[in-house]
Amino acid sequence: MTEKSREFKGRVVMAGHLSGEAVVSHGGFNTLASFQKDMILRKKIMKCSDQNNTDIFGKVLSGKILCLPKTIGSTTGGLVLQTVASVGAAPAALLFSEEIDSLAAAGVILADVWNGNRIVTIDNLGAEFLAYVQQGQKLDIFDDGRVIVHE
Amino acid sequence: MQNIYSMQLTDEEKAILKGEQGEVMRKAMESIVLYGQIFGAKRLAPIEGSIHFVMSVGMPIFKPVVSLVDELIEAGLRTSKPFTADPRPMDFKNVPANFLEKFIFKKLIYGIQAQYEEKLYKIGLKDDKSFTCACYLEEVGNIPLKGQVLAWAESSAVVYANSVLGARTNRNSGLLELLCGITGRVPVFSLMTDEGRMADWLIEIKTKTLPEAQILGSAIGMKAMEDVPYISGLDSLLGNELNHSVMDYLKDMGAAAASNGAVGLYHVEGLTPEAVNMSRGLLKQGYRTYVIDDAELKKVYDGYPVMWKNHLAKPEICFIGCPHLSLRQMYEWLERFESELKATANTKLAVTTILTAAPAVVNAFTKDENAYSRLTGIGARLTSICALMYMNNPLCARKAVITNSNKLRTYTKARYFTDAEITAIAIRGGI
Repeated sequence: MTEKSREFKGRVVMAGHLSGEAVVSHGGFNTLASFQKDMILRKKIMKCSDQNNTDIFGKVLSGKILCLPKTIGSTTGGLVLQTVASVGAAPAALLFSEEIDSLAAAGVILADVWNGNRIVTIDNLGAEFLAYVQQGQKLDIFDDGRVIVHE
Repeated sequence: MQNIYSMQLTDEEKAILKGEQGEVMRKAMESIVLYGQIFGAKRLAPIEGSIHFVMSVGMPIFKPVVSLVDELIEAGLRTSKPFTADPRPMDFKNVPANFLEKFIFKKLIYGIQAQYEEKLYKIGLKDDKSFTCACYLEEVGNIPLKGQVLAWAESSAVVYANSVLGARTNRNSGLLELLCGITGRVPVFSLMTDEGRMADWLIEIKTKTLPEAQILGSAIGMKAMEDVPYISGLDSLLGNELNHSVMDYLKDMGAAAASNGAVGLYHVEGLTPEAVNMSRGLLKQGYRTYVIDDAELKKVYDGYPVMWKNHLAKPEICFIGCPHLSLRQMYEWLERFESELKATANTKLAVTTILTAAPAVVNAFTKDENAYSRLTGIGARLTSICALMYMNNPLCARKAVITNSNKLRTYTKARYFTDAEITAIAIRGGI
């Protein structure tokens, strides 16, 4: 770890080791509202279509590391996540500052168990993590729940 | 992934996880065990009521959903009890759609609706009258008992079952509730435990009159998010009897709290089952307080963004009934419209106004020939679709739709108005 990076530790929900670029939603992430437009248009690269989420509206979600407190919204949230994962358009990883919610948990389980699509997921990273991480920063995620944020 | 055997499982559950009842059943069990373990569930409990399934629409883009249902059918699996499901998305007879919209609905967005419904019957869907978000109404019949263990999705139904009926279900995602129904088990955590049903918030209602249910629910949801609120002061405005009128009010308030936030359970002092039994003993130590007065509700209402490009557009459609209306509410709307039409010397509604209710509720209303002819006589229409599914496409999203539903406002570009405002707008035809 360099001087210009910081490490956080959370709980592993779906283990994995990867690096990527952060997309940060400080408010609850509405899964259906965020993906529905590009899902219907069958886009391969999906951008956030939730106009209520000013942090990430219009930003690319596919392949990114989505940093968020929780998901909110329709109880179709889990199967929406499973579906976008099945077409390779889900975020590569979900990093929750709080405990994961029941809809997102269902989504990453359904994607993993029924379709073999792993969305690396870590929760309980803490409010400080979400306050620290910035849009576009490079992140490294490790199997043991460590997350390194590079400035 | 966590060790799937850390939960206390019965021998039968362990055998299922080893694949002794087939690979599909193994995956169903693995899914619900993993789900429970994430939230610290110690065990699975047998499901005591029918499930309510949220994914009622046959959309080709949801391939993994269809594939999962196909796997269940091929393995000969179905829910132990017949289940209800959310509303259908289309009704061209009663809900306006032009040629292009019909084409897009039928061929593209909901292109596999008929085939998908056939699949749902094979895995346990009760009947063709079971498509509603208000499955707990008397006419529909999926009515859980107090304390009964459930696995439901559909946020408005979950919050009603937990709060008004005192049943126990978490706010499950679509497909997870189906897998619980297939295995007959549900992991016990959060809102299924006594501890998880304790209140984090004391919500003090200090308004001069009974608030609009949909705005009150919105205020509560946006503050409490997924926490459990305990609401005081409402009983003095609603009365102390949990009658049909009060239950309808709580239905609409809860749906707004569940969609504007993520509330899965609320208690109302002196009214809802657990609040009647335990009163403020339901409040957790260190609970937070939120006071709602008329000024606070106005602030919440004024904060709703208008998503229309032209804020003064003439409304094209008015949707009333998200969540689906009760039979009592259908009569209430008929009387409200008739009274306002008479007061303004009008005979017909100026905006295409669509009341949405469960198929069984619509049937019951249409059997009252007098009421039905009066309603259609003023130009209102009845349907059992989900207004949200109608609005969730680029064509319909452009329409100037008004609604008294805070849920519809949240998920679509529909513009919210109070019951009184929407009545006036539907009659005069402009904002």
